[in-house]
Amino acid sequence: MTMAVADPIVDVRRLKKYFPIRTGLWQRTTGYVKAVNGISFTVRKGETLGLVGESGCGKSTAGRTMIRLYKPTEGQIIYKGKDIAHLPESELRTSVRREIQMIFQDPFASLNPRKTLGTILEEPLKVHRQFSTKERQERVVHLLEKVGLKRESIHHYPHEFSGGQRQRVGIARALVLNPSFIIADEPVSALDVSVQAQVINLLKDLQEEYELTYLFISHDLGVIRHVADRVGVMYLGQMMELADKKKIYATPLHPYTQSLMSAIPRVGRHKQRERIILRGEVPSPSDPPQGCVFHTRCPQAFADCKHVRPQLKAYQPGHYVACHLYH
Amino acid sequence: MHHRTEARQHKPAKPLSTNTLEAGAHRHDARPDTLAKRVLSQFLKNKLAVFGAVILLLVISAAILAPFIAPHDPSKINLLQRLAAPSLEFPLGTDIYGRDIFSRILYGAQISLLVGFASMAGAVMIGTIVGALAGYYGGKTDAFLMRVVDVLVSFPNIFLLITIISIFRPGVDKLIFVFALFSWMTTARLVRGEFLSLKKREYVLAAKTVGMSDWRIIFSEMLPNAIGPIIVTATLGVGHIIIAESALSFLGLGVQPPTPSWGNMLHDAQGYSVMRTAWWVPFFPGLMIFVTVLCFNFVGDGLRDAFDPNMK
Repeated sequence: MTMAVADPIVDVRRLKKYFPIRTGLWQRTTGYVKAVNGISFTVRKGETLGLVGESGCGKSTAGRTMIRLYKPTEGQIIYKGKDIAHLPESELRTSVRREIQMIFQDPFASLNPRKTLGTILEEPLKVHRQFSTKERQERVVHLLEKVGLKRESIHHYPHEFSGGQRQRVGIARALVLNPSFIIADEPVSALDVSVQAQVINLLKDLQEEYELTYLFISHDLGVIRHVADRVGVMYLGQMMELADKKKIYATPLHPYTQSLMSAIPRVGRHKQRERIILRGEVPSPSDPPQGCVFHTRCPQAFADCKHVRPQLKAYQPGHYVACHLYH
Repeated sequence: MHHRTEARQHKPAKPLSTNTLEAGAHRHDARPDTLAKRVLSQFLKNKLAVFGAVILLLVISAAILAPFIAPHDPSKINLLQRLAAPSLEFPLGTDIYGRDIFSRILYGAQISLLVGFASMAGAVMIGTIVGALAGYYGGKTDAFLMRVVDVLVSFPNIFLLITIISIFRPGVDKLIFVFALFSWMTTARLVRGEFLSLKKREYVLAAKTVGMSDWRIIFSEMLPNAIGPIIVTATLGVGHIIIAESALSFLGLGVQPPTPSWGNMLHDAQGYSVMRTAWWVPFFPGLMIFVTVLCFNFVGDGLRDAFDPNMK
C-alpha cells in the first residue's frame, strides 16, 4: 500500500443522511435519526481510507449513502468529477452501479441461499449485459480462483462453505464488474481472527493487482491500522479527526481519538498508554447534543464546546481535527 | 491484535490462491443439498402430514378419474330408486332423486377441489404481489396497501360473499373469482412481513449495488426466499375455501344444481325426513368435506414444520 498521489476519486461534501422516525396510522414523520450529520472528506485514488468509530456512529450509513443504497438528505458526493448524490437510479445504473462496489459484513447474509456461486457471480455481468455467456463463465471461474476457491465451486450453494470462504465469494462478487472503488463495510468483523488475516491479505493483494481504491469501514483499530493509509474517526454522525495512519496512531489530537487509542492493548516493550475512560453513554443520534457532539463525554470540554460546533479543519498539513482545543 | 496483523510483512507469492488455507475444504462428493430436498426429508418424518398427503392424492386422483370410476351418471334421476340404502349397485346409496351418491361425490370432488385450488391460486397471486410491493417499498405504499387489507379483513366474509353472489348470478367461475378476491389478505400480510425482513438482508443490498432492477430483486432475489410460508398458507387456504364453498352451496348460493358439489349435496340432504330415514345422504358428502379439509390442514402443518429452519 503505497501512499497515493492526491488525486481524488470520491469527494464527499457536507453529507447528511437522516432517517425519518415514522409513527401513527399514516406513517407521519415525527423526528429524525441523524445517522450521518454533515461529513466531508476525500478518498484519493489508489489509497485505503479507514473509517473507524463505535457501533451506531454512522460509519456504515456513510458507506451505504456513498454507494447510493440510501438517498442522501443533503450534501454532495463527487465521484470522478460528477455529483452522484441525487442521481436517479436509472442514471446510477450506467456508472456508479458498475464502478463502485461493496463488500458486506455478514458472509452468512450476503449471499442468496437459493443461488449457486456461479449464478451469484454471473448476475452482475448479466445485469449490465457484459460479455457472452461463455466469457461470463470464464470471468466467474477466473475470479473464483483469484480469491482462492476452486472452479467447481460454481455449482455449489453458499451453505456448503465456511464463513471465510463465503466472504471470498462476496469479494469476488464485488470485483466481477471490474470496479475502481470498493466500500468494504466491516468485511472481516464476522470472521475468526485467523481467517481475518487471510481475508485482509487477499484484499491488499487484490488492491495492488487491480489498482483499487478502498473505503474500509471497521470498529477494529488493529485491523484499520493494518490496512489503511489514512484514517477517519467518526462519532455520532460527525467526522472528529482525519489524518495519515502514522500520525493518527502516534499523535492523536482529538480527545475522542485519544481515548480510543488508549484502549488498544500493547504488546512487548511498548509502554501502555494511560487509559482514558469515557464516562456515560453515546447520546441518541435522534437528539444529538448542541455544540460539539462529544462535549457530554469529553474530559477536556470547556464552555464553548457546549454551544459552538467545531468544524473539521487542518491543524497540520493533512491532519484534520474538529475540536476547539486546536482552532 | 497488532501482534497478528504485523506478523505478515512479507507478501505472499502470486498466484493469490496459495495463501488460502481453507480453500477446497467444502464437500465435493456430496450433491448440493437443495432446500426442496431438505424440506421433503423433513416432511416425510411427519407421519400425520404424510398420511394427509396420501389421502389427498387419493381424493385428487379419484376426482380426475371420476368419469372412469363412477358407476352411474351423477345427474341421472331414477325415481324408482329414491333414497336407496348403500348396496352393490349404489355403493353409498342414492339421494332423494335416486341419483348415485358415490358418483356424485366423485364429480363433486372435481368441483370442490377446482374451486379450492383455483381460488387459492388467484388469492396467492394477488396476495404475493400486494405483500411484496408493500414490504419492498415500505413507507406510504405500505401504509396504504395494508389499510386496504385491514378494511377487507374487517368485512364479515360469509355475508359479503352472500351479497356478491346474489347480485351476480351464482356459478363456479364467479365463486372462484369472489373467493380469490376475498382470500388474499392473509397471504399479503405474510409476504409483506417476509419482505420487510428480507429487504434488509445483505444479499438484497448487494443486488442493488450491482444495479439490479426492483422487479428483478423482488422476483428473483426475494420471492424464492419467501416461498415456504406462501406454500403453507396456500395449502391451509385451500381447506378454508372448500369449507366456505360448502357453506355457500349448502345455503343454495354456491354451485347450482344439477352440477354436484359436496356443499350442494348437503343442501339436498336438508330436511328432517331425509336425515332420519337416509343417513347416507348427508353423511358421505359431509365426511368427504371433513376428511379433505383435515388432510389439507395436516399437510399444511407438516409443510410449516418442514420449512421451519429451527425444526431439525
